[in-house]
This record gives sequence, structure tokens and C-alpha cells, in this order.
Amino acid sequence: MTAREIRNFLIAAGLLALCALLPVYGSPYWLTMGTTMAMFAVLATSWALFSGPTHYISLATAAFFGVGTFVTGLGFQALPFWALPLIAAGIGAVLAALVGLVTLRLSGVYFVIFTLGMAEMVRQVVTWVQNQTGHRGMYVLTSITEREIYWMLLGLGALVYLLGWLIGRSRLGFALRIIGNDETVAKHSGIDTALAKVALFMVPGAVAAATGAMLAPRYIYIEPATAFAPLLSFQVVIMALLGGTGRLWGPVAGVIPFTLLWEVITRQAPNQTLLLLGLAFLLIVYVLPGGFVGLWDRLRRRYGGHG
Amino acid sequence: MFILITGLLLGGTYALIALGLNLQYGVARIMNLANGEMLVAGGFAAFWFYTAGQINPVVGLIVIAPVAFAVNWLLYRIMLQPLVNRAKSRGALEVDSILATFGMSFAFVGIMTWAFGGGYFNYAFLAQPVELFSSSYAQNRVVAFALAVVIGGALWLWLTYTRTGLKLRAVSVNPASAPLVGVDVRAISALAFALGGAVTATGGALVSMFFTLDASVGVLFTMKALIIIIMGGVGDIRGTIVAAVILGIAETAVARLVDPGLTLAAAYLLFLLVLLFRPQGLFGKARG
Repeated sequence: MTAREIRNFLIAAGLLALCALLPVYGSPYWLTMGTTMAMFAVLATSWALFSGPTHYISLATAAFFGVGTFVTGLGFQALPFWALPLIAAGIGAVLAALVGLVTLRLSGVYFVIFTLGMAEMVRQVVTWVQNQTGHRGMYVLTSITEREIYWMLLGLGALVYLLGWLIGRSRLGFALRIIGNDETVAKHSGIDTALAKVALFMVPGAVAAATGAMLAPRYIYIEPATAFAPLLSFQVVIMALLGGTGRLWGPVAGVIPFTLLWEVITRQAPNQTLLLLGLAFLLIVYVLPGGFVGLWDRLRRRYGGHG
Repeated sequence: MFILITGLLLGGTYALIALGLNLQYGVARIMNLANGEMLVAGGFAAFWFYTAGQINPVVGLIVIAPVAFAVNWLLYRIMLQPLVNRAKSRGALEVDSILATFGMSFAFVGIMTWAFGGGYFNYAFLAQPVELFSSSYAQNRVVAFALAVVIGGALWLWLTYTRTGLKLRAVSVNPASAPLVGVDVRAISALAFALGGAVTATGGALVSMFFTLDASVGVLFTMKALIIIIMGGVGDIRGTIVAAVILGIAETAVARLVDPGLTLAAAYLLFLLVLLFRPQGLFGKARG
């Protein structure tokens, strides 16, 4: 590791420690906000690991997340809680691999369309299965408190960052950057493009499912309509893009302001949240194409900083 | 037989909606994910005409279609043309247009919820049954199907036999070469986008005759139209129509025989089969 990497590593560890103290000094309100932010930070960062370099917009987050909550809902009585996110991550990875194998051989549009309806399709199937077996929703009553959920999410977040850093240094990360720049070049340099994309897509799949499994106790009552709400996928996309996918820290820079703004709008004018989401998308396309990261890089270039 | 005919009637309307999107994606190269909202807006307009002014939705089309044409033309010129101009490659344009039209889609849903409320709306127009092959069907579905056939047929004739139609097809085949034979690609793209929007809004007005809509249902129709286009092949009218009818029949069959809540899952099953076995579309040639 270079001195610079050690420095960044120490800064990250310090920030993480600071975040981990939130339940100790923060009010319950801020703990709730912190948990929501941690959730979106984990989801958006893992989303950007795949969609950043490849430019494939994945809208499958809600589907994986919902699967994760159902893993907890079905298994929390029979299994120890720590096993559930692991199982969910495994199922999420397998599901992502299947979706990837079908769609990622083809152009990006097919992938977007497939993931767009995926949460809704899984919801329909789960609802149907529940109707067949006579179950409706289910109660997840555990002794897990909000601060434990928060800490678990922080741990998962640290894992995602570490994974992102490792992927960035690995051959896979290098291959993906080439694919993102020019897929034909990548193919001609002997990269198995489909395999690389599928392998990477398994990361957000597994992480989103694990996040869902961890958050299930927070919802107490789980039913398909809430567990598979497609809105979540869009929120994740918007936050990641607002922050910018060019850097590992980018998505978090989008998550924090957007979660706060969302909270204010939900409280003041609950009917206008969709309008906000739409305007945020338009803002990104027309004003901030690289997100806050892009803006930051442009400012630095203009004012000659080298830090 | 009942499933086949109901599916066919439904598929006819789907075909019209998908034709609209196919014009926008196949010719103007804009993957318009706000297409479903245009449909809902068309449905809202028809509803409003019928309940407020007692105007027959079929007559209402005379107003709805030109207004939708104008709105979509402006949308393309103001919002989407800059993206086309700045795009370095087709892939970059696709990502930009997907994000931008998602934005529009959410903004439209927000505006429509604000203007009309979040409730469901429907109206009873020609709700009497008609007898066909010893089963009965709602008259409004038959009328919607007939109109979809007439409008879709007119569109096909126009595209096949007129000079402007030829230009549209030229841009659809290759937007880079079309200017070489004197086609103004920008104007034709704007025309195709506007026409696609008008066709979709017309489809929305037809759908509203027999289907309960609400402000947020648009994305479901966008989804179905996209699946139909991929099944039928981008820019392929015949494929679009066949795919729409297949989807209509498959949905009706699943709703009747298995569970009405599984219609999207049925569409996905078809989508999956197409992706696995014929990703170039039903009648498409394999890319060499």
C-alpha cells in the first residue's frame, strides 16, 4: 500500500468509527434517519460498483431487497439471525447471475427493460404463491433493535467499500473499465465481456438482498406490496447518479442530501415526492451529468488543485 | 375460443400502443420510458371529455391526437434534441434518454396525481354486451379493437406508400446514411417522435373505454409495449402486431386459467423466451 492509500484507509476508518457512535450520542430521530441513510448508502454504493463502469442502469434493487426481507420473514424463527443475511446474499447472487446470464449477453436496453419490471413480476409471483398456500403477509417480531440494524448496515457498508476497492485494483475491475469505454475493444483484447458483467452484477444482487434481510425487523409486518415497492430501485439510482459513480465515495455524497430532501418533502408535501424524483432525474441528465463527483473534478481542474 | 377472441381484442389495442413506442424508438432512437404516461394522459383526456362534456371518446380523438402530436413534438425539440446532439454514440444516447424519460415519467405522474388525484377512474361507454361466436363481449372492447385496426392500418399504409413514410423508414434503417439521400434526419425524427406520441395517446383513449386507469399505471403499459417491441423487433410493424396479439392472448389465458394477478409474470415469461431464443425479434434476421 502506498502512503496515500494508507491515509485514505485511515480517514475511512475514522469516519466509520464516527458514524458508528451515532446511536450513542444521537436522538432516536437521527438514529432512524441514520439507518435510512446507511441503507441507501449500502444500496447505492453497491449499485454503482456495477452500473458505474458498465453504464448499465439496473432497476432490480427492489426485487433483490424484497427477496432479502422475505428470507428473514420466513426464516427468523428457525435460524439464528446472523445466518439470514448470508442466506439472502447467496440467493440474491444466484438470482442476479440468472438475470445477468439472460440479459447481459445482449445490449444494455434489454437489461434496463428486464430489471424495470422485475420487482413487480417477483411481487406478482410471491403474491400468487401466498394466495395458493393461504398465507398473506407475515409478522417479523424479533428482539433486534434499530441500533443493531444500524450497526449491521455500517458493517455491510464497510464490506462493500472494501470490496469496491479490491475490485478496482483487480483484473476484473480493469476489464470492466475497458468494457465501459468500448466493448468491442474489450472483446478484441480477449476479455470475456459477458462473464465479467455477470460476475460483477452478482455483487449488488447479493448486497441488496442482505440489506433487505437486515432491515426486515424494522418493518415488523411484511407483505409483497411493500417489500417489492419498485420506488426503491429508482431512489437508489437517483442517489448514486446524483453523487456520481466515478469514485467510490460518490454515491454517499448523493445519499445524504437526497435522503434529507426526501424527508422534508415527504413531511411537507407527500404527494410531490414523485415530482421531486422526476426533477432530480432531469437535473442529473441536463445539469450534472457526472453527479457531484463530476462537478468536484471539474472545479478542481479549473482552479488548478492537485490534491 | 373466448380466450382467443378476448386476447385478440386486447392485443389489437396493445399493438397500437406498441406501434407508437416503436416509432419513437425505431426512428427517433429515443427509448421513451414516459410513453405509458402519455397513454394515461390520453385516457384522462377521454375520461374528462366524456364525463364533463358528454363527448363520445371516439369523437374526442379528433382533439386528443393533434394535441398529443404537438406536445410530443415540443418535448422532442426542447428536451430530447439536445441529448441527441451531445451524444457521442448510440449507447450514450440510450443511457441519457432512458434517464431523461424516467425523469419525465415521474414528473408527469406527479403532475397528473396533483391535477386529478390519486384515485382510479373509469366511465361506462358502450358497456352493453355483443354476441360473437356464441359468447358475449363488451361492445367497447370491440369498438376499441376496430379503431385500433383502422388507425394501425392507416399508419402502415402511410409508412409504406408515401414519400414521408419512406423517409421515416430510411432513418429507421440507418440514421447516418439517410442524409446522403436528402433526408432531414432531425425533422423526420421529431415527426416520428410526435407521431408516436399521438398514436400512444390515441391508444390510451381507447384503453380508457374498457380499462380502469389511475395516474401511476403508465409504467405497466410502458413495460408491455417494450416487451412487445423486443418480441416483434425494433422498427418492424408486422412483428409488433403479431407480438402484441401473442401477448394479449397469453395474458388473457393466464388471467383466465391461472390467476388474474399474474399478467405481468406472463408477459415476462414471453420476454424470457424471446431473450433466450430469438433476441433479434420474431421475424428479425440474426446479426452476423
